[in-house]
Amino acid sequence: MSVEAKVRGYILENFLFTDDQSALDGSVSLLENGTMDSTGVLEVINFLEEEFGISVADEEMIPENLESVDNIVAFVARKKG
Amino acid sequence: MGKNIKLTEAVLEFDKDKEIEKITTRLRDILRQDLKRRGLVVAISGGIDSSVSSALCVKAMGQERVYGLLLPETDSSSETFEKGKAMVETLGIEYEVHNIAPTLETLGCYKWRDDAIKTVFPEYGEGWKNKIIISGGVDGQFNHFMLVVQQPDGKVLQERLGLKEYLQIVAATNYKQRVRKTIEYFHADRLNYAVVGTPNRLEHDQGFFVKNGDGSADVKPIAHLYKTQVYALARHLGLPDMVCNARPTTDTYSMPQGQDEFYFALPYEQMDIALWSLNHGIVAAELAAFLGITEKQAQFIYNDIEAKRRTTKYLHAKGVLVEAVPEVMA
Repeated sequence: MSVEAKVRGYILENFLFTDDQSALDGSVSLLENGTMDSTGVLEVINFLEEEFGISVADEEMIPENLESVDNIVAFVARKKG
Repeated sequence: MGKNIKLTEAVLEFDKDKEIEKITTRLRDILRQDLKRRGLVVAISGGIDSSVSSALCVKAMGQERVYGLLLPETDSSSETFEKGKAMVETLGIEYEVHNIAPTLETLGCYKWRDDAIKTVFPEYGEGWKNKIIISGGVDGQFNHFMLVVQQPDGKVLQERLGLKEYLQIVAATNYKQRVRKTIEYFHADRLNYAVVGTPNRLEHDQGFFVKNGDGSADVKPIAHLYKTQVYALARHLGLPDMVCNARPTTDTYSMPQGQDEFYFALPYEQMDIALWSLNHGIVAAELAAFLGITEKQAQFIYNDIEAKRRTTKYLHAKGVLVEAVPEVMA
């Protein structure tokens, strides 16, 4: 399964309680649309660290890396690359 | 933006006598018209907010209709307790001291907390101290939390907390505020009094309270006042110097912990100004010039205030109904 599929699956299941792929637009800010608050961000970081074996540094905990599916996928790719 | 409102040193100045008159009149009206209770129960930590609130309660209702509670536990500082005691004695109200440590012990508060700490610092144990500090928001990062521990020899260690450990430590320490509230309501029920909540505006706005703990109350007399204004009222009301001059702490963790370390991005004087500025449409550049910080930092502070409002919206919410029950007023 691709990184994107795993991230999408996690957010759909854990935040939106659905498997309907159309419920999640990868480009939309999950903070601005109210899906995720700062505790939710910590949950996502926990997921990324466990699922992909990466370590998220303090200075990487910024919206540019974590606020949308597209940003998260790109961030994981950079970390793994 | 701005709408001709200027940020100056004077923005938080106010007519203190008029404010006292307003609050005390409203307190009597609220008790008479809304709550139908005969007096007020207030837990006094010794901090500025509960001290000013209790003084206002006495001004509103008289000494005979205010019941004070001092509710220390293992991690409370003796200094704070002394301030609380000085307050109830100054006010001349009836009060009770109830040490909640045995109750917390029975509930497992300390054990749950320490178990979480030990997953980060396995050696943690007898003689160690702890606290949590917030990090990130003022630097444009998402807020996250650091666990700080002090070894018996004084050495201080610090690690970023994982989500599970953070949530467990906070959940465990929240027992403290919730047990206190249970005791407050016991006395309110037996006396037919109402319970006073003592948040200031910063705390109320930014969700710095425990749901069904210190956030729970029948009336909150100073929730509209900035912390700077609460200090000003304390001095105006002639409260003891040891109360008026104290810096705000959480008094919840065993290491000394300022509220700004635990939750707010800045010391309260600057947080007040930032919150006032955001509320009055002051642009980040003007706030930055006033506080002597960069525009980017000021914008991060604005973003942080708004992020905390979003994250803590749930704390303010009542139980949500699936369908409205219009016959029962909210």
